[in-house]
Amino acid sequence: MEMLIKPGLAEKNYWRDLWRYRELFYFLALRDMLIRYKQTVFGLAWAILRPLLTTVVFTVVFGKIANMSAPGGVPYPLFVLAAMLPWQFFSTAMSDASNSLINNANLISKVYFPRLVVPASAVITSFVDFLITLVLLGVAMVWYGFYPDWRICCLPLFMLLVFGASLGVGLWLCALNLEYRDFRYIVPFISQFGLFISPVGFQSDSVPAVWHWLGMDLPARMIFALNPIVGVIQGFRWCLLQGHTTLMPFAVATSVVTVLTLMASGLWYFRRMERSFADII
Amino acid sequence: MSDSIISVDNLGKKYLLRHQAQRQRYATLRETVIEKVRSCFVRTGRRSVRETIEYFWALNDVAFEVKRGEVVGVIGRNGAGKSTLLKILSRITEPTTGEVWLRGRVASLLEVGTGFHPELTGRENIFLNGAILGMARQEILRKFDEIVAFAEVEAFLDTPVKRYSSGMYVRLAFAVAAHLEPEILIVDEVLAVGDAEFQKKCLGKMNDVAKGGRTVLFVSHNMGAVQALCSRGLLLTGGRLVMDGPVRSVCERYLQGSARGLAGVVTWSADSNARMCFTELAVLNEKNQPVGRLGIEEKIRVRVSYQVGSPLTGATICLRVRRNGILLFNSFDSDETPAWLGMRSPGKYEAIIELPRYMLGAGQYTLSIGAGIPRTESIVGELMDVLAFELHEETQDVWIKGYAAERGALLIAPIKWSVERLP
Repeated sequence: MEMLIKPGLAEKNYWRDLWRYRELFYFLALRDMLIRYKQTVFGLAWAILRPLLTTVVFTVVFGKIANMSAPGGVPYPLFVLAAMLPWQFFSTAMSDASNSLINNANLISKVYFPRLVVPASAVITSFVDFLITLVLLGVAMVWYGFYPDWRICCLPLFMLLVFGASLGVGLWLCALNLEYRDFRYIVPFISQFGLFISPVGFQSDSVPAVWHWLGMDLPARMIFALNPIVGVIQGFRWCLLQGHTTLMPFAVATSVVTVLTLMASGLWYFRRMERSFADII
Repeated sequence: MSDSIISVDNLGKKYLLRHQAQRQRYATLRETVIEKVRSCFVRTGRRSVRETIEYFWALNDVAFEVKRGEVVGVIGRNGAGKSTLLKILSRITEPTTGEVWLRGRVASLLEVGTGFHPELTGRENIFLNGAILGMARQEILRKFDEIVAFAEVEAFLDTPVKRYSSGMYVRLAFAVAAHLEPEILIVDEVLAVGDAEFQKKCLGKMNDVAKGGRTVLFVSHNMGAVQALCSRGLLLTGGRLVMDGPVRSVCERYLQGSARGLAGVVTWSADSNARMCFTELAVLNEKNQPVGRLGIEEKIRVRVSYQVGSPLTGATICLRVRRNGILLFNSFDSDETPAWLGMRSPGKYEAIIELPRYMLGAGQYTLSIGAGIPRTESIVGELMDVLAFELHEETQDVWIKGYAAERGALLIAPIKWSVERLP
């Protein structure tokens, strides 16, 4: 095996190196999974408890107090859960990925490996958590006697979409976080704020098509759809709840475009910053 | 060319130093935004006032070749560029100029236990660390037993490593890296931890690695270990390779070089009108040569030369030893020989003060001298910190000694412990 180290040369071998270190994805994700619930009493149950509790809160606050209801006779808790799961995956993946480089600072300054493995593993770990929470959804569906139809076959596509969204945002945030530690404070804010601008507790058609503001006619729904999670949530509900909920094709299309843009730009930014990671960490 | 496993040519690494008033280590977004906004409006050269950029070459024009199976010691003072060199070789950072050809797999032991997670068990950490170092799972499985046996942690395989003693921790970390079977092994000061027996084992393993036709790059401040292990030395100073040759001569050059700037002697011209004046202060080794750097095991002789112009009564000469501004002790020439408090007739004097071996720990010391009549009058006010010397422990095997400088104590107390086993 021969190797040349030269300024700028690491770029060329990047994808080959990534392939050589493919097992590291597995081990880092495994490590994160193993340590995630160490020294907790409930252990893995936390993966299920978190969305469960949030769903209970949503059901009580929006379903009972605000008297919101789900369309087409869908039980309101299922309506919330179908959106809560992808949202929580996105939000944990985003915050874990954004901290991943800093948390692995000792590795990055001491050993060489493609740094892309680090945030990607963080997203993979959250994804496994997400798969576990799907069990919760299954149990809830049995409880309410409400079963998905053929549309569930499309679910993997939307899983892919939300995975891409998490990775794209995660790449941006972890690279930014390394240089500007402000993002440590911004990220929790994004995930809090994001919950309100994503249709977790409500339907996307509650958002008016046009919004009059300061004498302007703003295409509110278009702006709303720029949030990639809007398309994801619509898709998840459509796949899981027998198509009783709205699926706006333009929102899904916008999501796909946004996610692809995020992934491409995130990768570009990450790669650009990657060379100096060890020097600034 | 074909038999060299590492070829380094014209290697350089430039770091950017930003000097800015109260600059924080990490840029904050606010700062960057403010700076960007400011630069949009202020196009005069005022920005340069706030921030000056300076380049710093951590490595500069370094070139060498290492042959297969060679064990090379990389020596240099802190900041000489050793770590930067190793970081480039292990691909953690990219060089700014030049190129390196590596004809084999590189494993670096830049710091033991990197990638170990305290919450994971020994078993889990072996796999994780192996993967981080670039081993395939099959490979780790194949060597698993060997690694465990080498590290002597069989009984604790399923215990989280946070419960390990630091020795076990290091053993396990070293074992994983040493069994990577790299063609090139890079070792940086890992042996500073662990007990003596394990250190020997590590050195043995590294020797095996070398005998097996593999190449070792070893960085250490411990000249003893470097000489024991390496056949060839590279001496780095200020980012440049200043010497490349047999390890013994490189070590000697290093030890001499570090004493530069510590002349070992300071002289003053005699003032014949003064009642009394100092003419020379020197630190001498056992051969009576002025030296700036001594081993802790050597006798330190301080020579004070002075001239008395008119008869002095009741006067004493004082020597003070300080370390980092902390006064360690005062010594008067009249302390042990009160007769000096009597008359001192005009003429030239020379005093030799012998400091015991193994009293001052490794580090830098300064000497001050003065003369006066105790509690009455100062004749020559204290000439403060006029001469510095350094004590080193490089020729000593101090890893396991209580007085090793890294343990922080200033003095070495030659204390004997009387220990007996109680029935």
